[in-house]
Amino acid sequence: MDFTYTETQDMIRDTLSRFLSDTYDFETRQKFINSDSGRDPAIWTALAQELGMLGAAFSEEQGGLGGGALENAIVMEELGKVIGIEPYLPTVVIAGGALKAVGGAQADAMIPEIIGGNAIVAFAYAEPQGRYDLANLRTTAKKDGAGYVLNGHKGVVYAAPWATHLLVTARTGGGQRDQDGVSLFLIDANLPGIVRRDYPTVDGNRASEIYFENVAVPGDALLGGEGAALPLIEQIVDEATVAVCAEATGVMQKLHEGTLEYTQQRKQFGVPIAKFQVLQHRMVDMFMEVEQARSMTIMGTLKLDLAPDTRKAAVSACKSKVSRGAKFVGQNAIQTHGGIGITQELAIGHYFKRATMIEGQFGSADYHLDRFEQLTLAE
Amino acid sequence: MDMEFSPEDLAFQKEVRDFIAENYPAELRGKQDEGDELTKEDFLAWHKILYKKGWVAPAWPVEYGGTGWTPTQRFIFSEETARADCIRLMPFGLSMVGPVIYTFGTPEQKARFLPRILSGEDWWCQGYSEPGSGSDLASLRTVAVRDGDEYVVNGQKTWTTMAQHADWGFFLVRTDKDAKQQEGISFLLIDMKSPGITVRPIITLGGEHEVNEVFLEDVRVPVEQRVYEENKGWTCAKFLLAHERTGIAGVASSKRGVERVKAIARTELDGDKALLQNPFFKRKVAELEIDLTALEFTELRSLAGANAGKGPGPESSLLKIKGSEIQQRLTELTLEAVGHYGAPYFRGFGEGDNEHPIGPDYAHRAAPTYFNMRKTTIYGGSNEIQRNIIAKMVLGL
Repeated sequence: MDFTYTETQDMIRDTLSRFLSDTYDFETRQKFINSDSGRDPAIWTALAQELGMLGAAFSEEQGGLGGGALENAIVMEELGKVIGIEPYLPTVVIAGGALKAVGGAQADAMIPEIIGGNAIVAFAYAEPQGRYDLANLRTTAKKDGAGYVLNGHKGVVYAAPWATHLLVTARTGGGQRDQDGVSLFLIDANLPGIVRRDYPTVDGNRASEIYFENVAVPGDALLGGEGAALPLIEQIVDEATVAVCAEATGVMQKLHEGTLEYTQQRKQFGVPIAKFQVLQHRMVDMFMEVEQARSMTIMGTLKLDLAPDTRKAAVSACKSKVSRGAKFVGQNAIQTHGGIGITQELAIGHYFKRATMIEGQFGSADYHLDRFEQLTLAE
Repeated sequence: MDMEFSPEDLAFQKEVRDFIAENYPAELRGKQDEGDELTKEDFLAWHKILYKKGWVAPAWPVEYGGTGWTPTQRFIFSEETARADCIRLMPFGLSMVGPVIYTFGTPEQKARFLPRILSGEDWWCQGYSEPGSGSDLASLRTVAVRDGDEYVVNGQKTWTTMAQHADWGFFLVRTDKDAKQQEGISFLLIDMKSPGITVRPIITLGGEHEVNEVFLEDVRVPVEQRVYEENKGWTCAKFLLAHERTGIAGVASSKRGVERVKAIARTELDGDKALLQNPFFKRKVAELEIDLTALEFTELRSLAGANAGKGPGPESSLLKIKGSEIQQRLTELTLEAVGHYGAPYFRGFGEGDNEHPIGPDYAHRAAPTYFNMRKTTIYGGSNEIQRNIIAKMVLGL
């Protein structure tokens, strides 16, 4: 049993943290998220080519640094601290995770593109009717010769406007909510018949509604077995869930630190408001939520390799705790800032917005409490 | 970072498990689980078994009788003893005054007191709080006036846990009335059989006699029973409070508590289903388990810090706050689970009494335990004081 980070992990964190503090200050971020494209592609290129950061979670044989889920968590937490919008989650954690799990020629071809920063993948899994149920799919993939034809509508696909590839869940068989018949495809984002409606999200990212209109995809786009991909999808979504919890930890830490700093500057009744015990205790409660979010993220990350039901219960415990903590810390950061907290001027409000979106990402606190109960407290 | 036990750790785990199975007294089994009042003899029986094995003070340095275990082994030991519902030993000697003596004491004090703490020969109590000094401990007014080679002590202590059994007490007393509050306090070891000491019981909400008032009237204490320098007792007190807070998370025993609540809620019916399947009750159990996991991993991270050479820091206040809240929620859920049968007041078995008490066994002590455990967020520095400590020491406010 060991709860310390390796030297390499410390180095990854330090390198990334230094890079982001140079390139990702709040004003710069606001400038590029409000630009036409909504991002600065040079940052992604630098993360890949100067820092080697996109390979942190891949094995050395795959051209990476030899890490895995812990490295993903480190990167995500650092991105959280700057409310980074880099598409690390869908590209490295999710698509990279699926490719690592599947292996073979598809992995050999695609992983170097990811590590090199040439590929950006968006994860097109959610549908308007499906809520958090990964198997609730109306999007279909019909066998057509050696390939498939995709039809359907995917909602709120983060990073899709920037993506070179899409990772798509679709039904190759079964009814709308069946466990069987779910398949996973990794396709070129610009295939004929893919129609996108792009938009900004409230947390500074970009996303799209994606419509597949008789999109012909090649047979080798299929990842994993036809109609049998749900366990793989659940696994990569669990990996993604703890990764956003790591991001949340970074976001929450900054919300807390920003609040500590502000209350020591802001004076009312002739004293810094940090002198008031009611605010001190609130900030202690925020601190405890941040620390518990960090603990739960470590717990969830370390349990990703266990048997599916154990893994799911651990991830759900993690996400429900972190979702509630993110809400508590976010709301109290704004309240403690007072009026200035509800303006666009300070960074604090933007951290709050990202924290709020993380609460629901891959399932709300209630969704995960339900899943935890079903797995651990059933009759 | 990983959660795997090494083969050596697994072998150690088996050794501990086997030892408990073979040596834990049969008559004590289940007693703590049911919330029965434990006697001095109960505590000492288990204490002496561990002492004989050399396992009574895992946290102590080896030179003073510690086990030399790694933090992981200590973690395993506390998990295993909690899993088997072994009685939690009284902390006053082993976790409190013992570490103060081996850290601050003279060679004579170490030789005189430490072996008797380990063996269980001396039962210790803690003379800290006073009627006018609770959270503001440093305002204490019990005075010790130097008279030749002795101090003459006068004053009153309160909330003195298990003082009715105590052979010795460690006391904070004022030795300089003119100094700033914290600077005029000394740390004295007092023989509880000294003339001038009166112990009076305080009965708490569950009907238990755990705590007492202790009156000191012209009690003469030899100067060689002062630990550390005169007027520097606050240093010992602060050190001890930090020590007290680390064990207070109670993760291992709360884990057992969760299993116990679940077992009760599987037995109790709600309509035609087990109470555990009531969605509201089930949600509370789930939330409690999740919060306990968060506490467990926070403690494990803190242990990793301790492995790296950092002592128990102010973050142990977090463990105290969350740990005590969880202990209380467990008793709350147990009381809720037993329904009507929380109400009958079971006074314990009298002499020759063999009539079965009212209601299921697991219900007898549900309410008294719930009442009793309100203490956890008050003692050891109330949870509000812990928040003050975090605000000051961690957040720098």
